[in-house]
Amino acid sequence: MSAGAAPVRAIARRELAQYFGSPVAYVFLVIFLLLAGIFTFTFGAFFERGEASLIAFFTWVPWLLLFLVPAAGMRIWAEERRSGTWELLLTMPVTVWQAVLGKFVASWGFLGLALLLTFPFWITVNWLGQPDNGVIVSAYIGSWLLGGAYLAVTCMTSSFTRNQVVAFILAVVLCLALILIGFTPITDLLARYLPIDVVDTIAGFGVLTHFDGLAKGVIALRAIVYFASLIVLPLFVTAAVIRNRGR
Amino acid sequence: MIKVENLRKSFGTNVAVNDVSFEVAPGEVLGFLGPNGAGKSTTMRIITGFIGADAGRASVCGFDIAEQPIEAKRRIGYLPEAAPSYGEMSVASFLGWVADMRGLVGDARRKAIAQAVDACSLGSVLQQDIDTLSKGFRHRTCLAQAILHDPDVLILDEPTDGLDPNQKHEVRQLIRRMSERKTIIFSTHILEEVEEACTRAIIIDGGHIVANGTPDELKARSDRAGAVLLTLGGGDAPGLGAAIAALPGVGRVETVEQSGEQTQVRAYAGGAERGSALAARLAAALAGGRWPLLAITAEEGRLDDVFRAITHSDVVRMEGAGS
Repeated sequence: MSAGAAPVRAIARRELAQYFGSPVAYVFLVIFLLLAGIFTFTFGAFFERGEASLIAFFTWVPWLLLFLVPAAGMRIWAEERRSGTWELLLTMPVTVWQAVLGKFVASWGFLGLALLLTFPFWITVNWLGQPDNGVIVSAYIGSWLLGGAYLAVTCMTSSFTRNQVVAFILAVVLCLALILIGFTPITDLLARYLPIDVVDTIAGFGVLTHFDGLAKGVIALRAIVYFASLIVLPLFVTAAVIRNRGR
Repeated sequence: MIKVENLRKSFGTNVAVNDVSFEVAPGEVLGFLGPNGAGKSTTMRIITGFIGADAGRASVCGFDIAEQPIEAKRRIGYLPEAAPSYGEMSVASFLGWVADMRGLVGDARRKAIAQAVDACSLGSVLQQDIDTLSKGFRHRTCLAQAILHDPDVLILDEPTDGLDPNQKHEVRQLIRRMSERKTIIFSTHILEEVEEACTRAIIIDGGHIVANGTPDELKARSDRAGAVLLTLGGGDAPGLGAAIAALPGVGRVETVEQSGEQTQVRAYAGGAERGSALAARLAAALAGGRWPLLAITAEEGRLDDVFRAITHSDVVRMEGAGS
């Protein structure tokens, strides 16, 4: 275990250092916090709701992360391919899976940090009233899992190409599709043409269906399994793509 | 030690490596020669496990690169063709990362980094970002990465590419110093480099090995090998050439240079007598003759003649296709 974890740690540390060694991390954090604030307090109508909860924030999380996660993750493999550094990385004594995992873990950790930095919202709502902090914790976990799913999809699209822009656009499109199949206006539209069971099944593959539950404080096993699969599956594809390099 | 058996690799319809086999023993420095696109880099990428072969095997220190890639990769130091590195890292943190990836810790880690920095003369740029370095430093940073874990096998794809003559010389010295304890393959376009640093050379063309031998053996394949270069006084080249061609043991004769009162001719061996034996006989035959003999040399043959004779450059191929 420890022998297998060492290269994963080394790769993850390097990735994290790369975030903070360049403006990417700071730009990402500032924009994320700025947008989160704007959406929560204006469009989310945080104060007008008159309730002690962070639902005004968490409603926007799937949409905010939809653009920010692909932006943060698009370079993960595309840049290695473009600059040729994957030839170094993959001729080191590491397995492809270790490399894929190390890179993912670092970016996911960074994403976790970004979410934690929204703590002033939590302080505000606790100062103003008595929110159910269990629900808030559950919603944070849901946000992190959702971000992880987006990130895994981004890792995958990033492994397809040496062009970061292509990786970004592909990731946004795929993640948007994952939102839309469970987005109420879309499911309502589908319900006009399709039997309700079919619509429900389709919506069950959407991220919103599972995220909404977690945001409301329902930690359902189904949701956890759903997000875990949505993280593992794209990472498997990523590893397969990297393994088949040079064919 | 490196063993390559019947390696084959194609990209689409283009066969990059076709049935390549060779072995390299510890202490050997194998020069890998060939025109651009001949399959040198592809072969090296297969041995280092960066890409898989379509057929055939490659093993390093007894570990098959396809079956036991981690064990094999532990024993390899690799400098890829364009010497890539993470540009936004400083030299020190890049080498630190490489040491971590190689599983080095504590004192061994510190020592390994210090030695690699020293061997590649990187001491003055340790804290600089790799992006901001000159090409020579970037190249040597990647070379330091390859030798950091003191590997048994070194695979260097054009290690002197883009370096100035002094740096080229340093890298060749470094390769020679390390060669006693290691198995080394390096590819190059520079033929003098092969004579200076290699114990053996392989010439590869169109994915095939077309020559495999010591630099001296390869030079002997040149048609100039064993010929004698004569410099004589007197300007009458046609008569002179004919007179020399008439001497016993001489085959073809060509005029190399004629300037005023001096003529330089090359006499190819016509019989079994070659090189210095032929030179001695010619010197004796010409002594006291019509043309005073000013200089005489037995030729060893030249690597670039051999290279040109047995490989085909892209340019020649294109011209051939056009006509």
